Amino acid sequence: MFEGMVFQDFVFYTFAAILLFAGLRVITARNPVHAALFLVLAFFTAAGIWLLLEAEFLAIVLVLVYVGAVMVLFLFVVMMLDINLDRLREGFWDYLPMAGFIGVLMAAEMVMILGSKNFGVDRVGAPPPKPADYSNTAELGRVLYSDYLLTFELAAVVLLVAIVAAIALTLRDRKDSKFINPADQVKVKRADRVRMVSMPSFKEPPADDAANNTKDQA
Amino acid sequence: MLNKIKSVLSSLMLVELLKGMALTGRYFFARKITVQYPEERTPMSPRFRGLHALRRYPNGEERCIACKLCEAVCPAMAITIESEQREDNTRRTTRYDIDLTKCIFCGMCEESCPVDSIVETRIFDYHGEKRGDLLYTKVMLLEVGDKYEQQIAADRAEDAKFR
Amino acid sequence: MMDFFAQLFGSYWPEVSLTAWTLIKIVAIVAPLMGAIAYLTLAERKVIGFMQVRIGPNRVGYFGLLQPIADGLKLFTKEIIIPSASNKFLFLLGPVLAIAPAFAAWAVVPFDLNMVLADIDAALLYILAMTSVGVYGVIIAGWASNSKYAFLGSLRSAAQIVSYEIAMGFALVGVLMAAGSLNLGKIVMAQQGGFWQWYWLPLLPLFLVYFISAVAETNRAPFDVAEGESEIVAGFHVEYSGMAFAVFFLAEYANIILVCMLAALMFLGGWLSPVPFLPDSFLWLLAKVAFLIFFFLWFRATFPRYRYDQIMRLGWKVFIPITLVWIIVIGAMMQTPWAHLFH
Repeated sequence: MFEGMVFQDFVFYTFAAILLFAGLRVITARNPVHAALFLVLAFFTAAGIWLLLEAEFLAIVLVLVYVGAVMVLFLFVVMMLDINLDRLREGFWDYLPMAGFIGVLMAAEMVMILGSKNFGVDRVGAPPPKPADYSNTAELGRVLYSDYLLTFELAAVVLLVAIVAAIALTLRDRKDSKFINPADQVKVKRADRVRMVSMPSFKEPPADDAANNTKDQA
Repeated sequence: MLNKIKSVLSSLMLVELLKGMALTGRYFFARKITVQYPEERTPMSPRFRGLHALRRYPNGEERCIACKLCEAVCPAMAITIESEQREDNTRRTTRYDIDLTKCIFCGMCEESCPVDSIVETRIFDYHGEKRGDLLYTKVMLLEVGDKYEQQIAADRAEDAKFR
Repeated sequence: MMDFFAQLFGSYWPEVSLTAWTLIKIVAIVAPLMGAIAYLTLAERKVIGFMQVRIGPNRVGYFGLLQPIADGLKLFTKEIIIPSASNKFLFLLGPVLAIAPAFAAWAVVPFDLNMVLADIDAALLYILAMTSVGVYGVIIAGWASNSKYAFLGSLRSAAQIVSYEIAMGFALVGVLMAAGSLNLGKIVMAQQGGFWQWYWLPLLPLFLVYFISAVAETNRAPFDVAEGESEIVAGFHVEYSGMAFAVFFLAEYANIILVCMLAALMFLGGWLSPVPFLPDSFLWLLAKVAFLIFFFLWFRATFPRYRYDQIMRLGWKVFIPITLVWIIVIGAMMQTPWAHLFH
């Protein structure tokens, strides 16, 4: 059926078709949750294509970080939104010319840079096949912590600053908040709250009372 | 300070969790107390309040005199009685229905009965397959009474000294 | 026989035979796994019953051994009810997305030396990725059900799984530092030398953090707020019935077995024998996994459910600092003369 078509090509075109479809649906889907789920599909197929390129570390990390964590939080937010779709689409035609212009411009720039002039098969060529025990995870680690140590650490610091800033911006103590600190609650021991009192379970009634009662009944 | 360190250490060593697990772990090997119901049964009190029955005197005459005290006292209004005079001029019920889906098994009918006619037996594992099956009529109640009279009489006798 | 097939498929024979072999191997992994899942449900009911001084199911078959089959048959024949206001496609996709990663992760799990479906170098990362994808089943099920209980359950579950994944990932970082590899087979072989050489001892804090995080990742008691019967009925699968519901259960139990398998491979020496005079064998791995799974059941019989904010505190403020500190300790110790203790 696929005469002259290697299995890998078949997989690539399948993934590429799914990826393009998913990417298109991300921006055309009316329901934001569906759009987010299509983005997940896009990430997943992109990871598949990276696997074909033998970049297994990047592919798995893409799934682990973007699919497994980032998109979960995205969905988290999107699912709770109550978006009015009509109002969202109000300005669609007004913005279309501008958006179209920017889109075409970006596409043209990408074609100019990524076109066959710079990235053609004759320019780059297939990389030499790696030996079976070649681990690009180890290789990536070695490069990151030697040649690119400074830039890598700088990127890490920038990310850390972003985290601290995000928390600092959102962490406000409300005065009327009834929040209780679970750490304080966990520290509580029984002795802090409960006093054990020893009491006999049965008390003899006073003798004369008992005598009166029987007299009344009689 | 020392106490604080101690409490932090004990929570890091999972002391309390291990204590809890030791307890459930001990019970894992404990003798099981399950009563395997259809084959085994738990002991039952003579005062057990289960399915109702209407009793007869030893000569075969039904005890119920249609005084309707049970109907009046029933908090769930599960009892319906209609009565007429029989040929021998005694008052007897023509209808004595207990709707067991309404009954709350409080035992007040039994308490109120002046002639020990309506009683609650030890039977608890009866069932109905249709909705109407749990509406017990006079005939059915008398049947239950006839069938279990021996047990019912023994239970009443045992409990008599407390009444 | 083989020649006949080789002729039949002509030049495609290598591809076809590889596919067929892989399929056979997949069946050889999945079929016993399904059996293990079925009997894990029975084991759970028995163990919890015993701890509550009951005897558990004992009516269907001798010792209740046919109970899982009866349960399965019952769920098979029940109707799958689709709520009218739900998103039907996503509603049915939810269980599929829950169970697919739970089974897919088994592709890289080694059962003995060289007994593995896909011997890839980044196996540990692959498993982490697969277990983190499993959360989509829960999220989609909760959202597509169009029910507030299901939705709350899925939100809780999503936040919980994302939080504990970090602690779990850090615990695994310690393991791969000690073993110097992401390949599960190599991690096991790095623990050679008997009981005291396994990683549970030098990485004890990480082992505990990993195991408790694993309980949280699989949404099991005491971290089962996603189901939280007393608050949100049954959480994300409240609207599911019949086989769709059963698939969620299969996924949950497959995940339990998977995380216990990983713990056995990474901290308890996998198929290695604890004593030198007994041979290494697949049976050791089975015994270790069964031992760890017993703890899951034990936890469920012992601990009351955590409150949601306590879960978040435990994950972020206790486990992540502990793992970070121990990773630094390992890294520092590796530069000292005692490095051999940490391999």
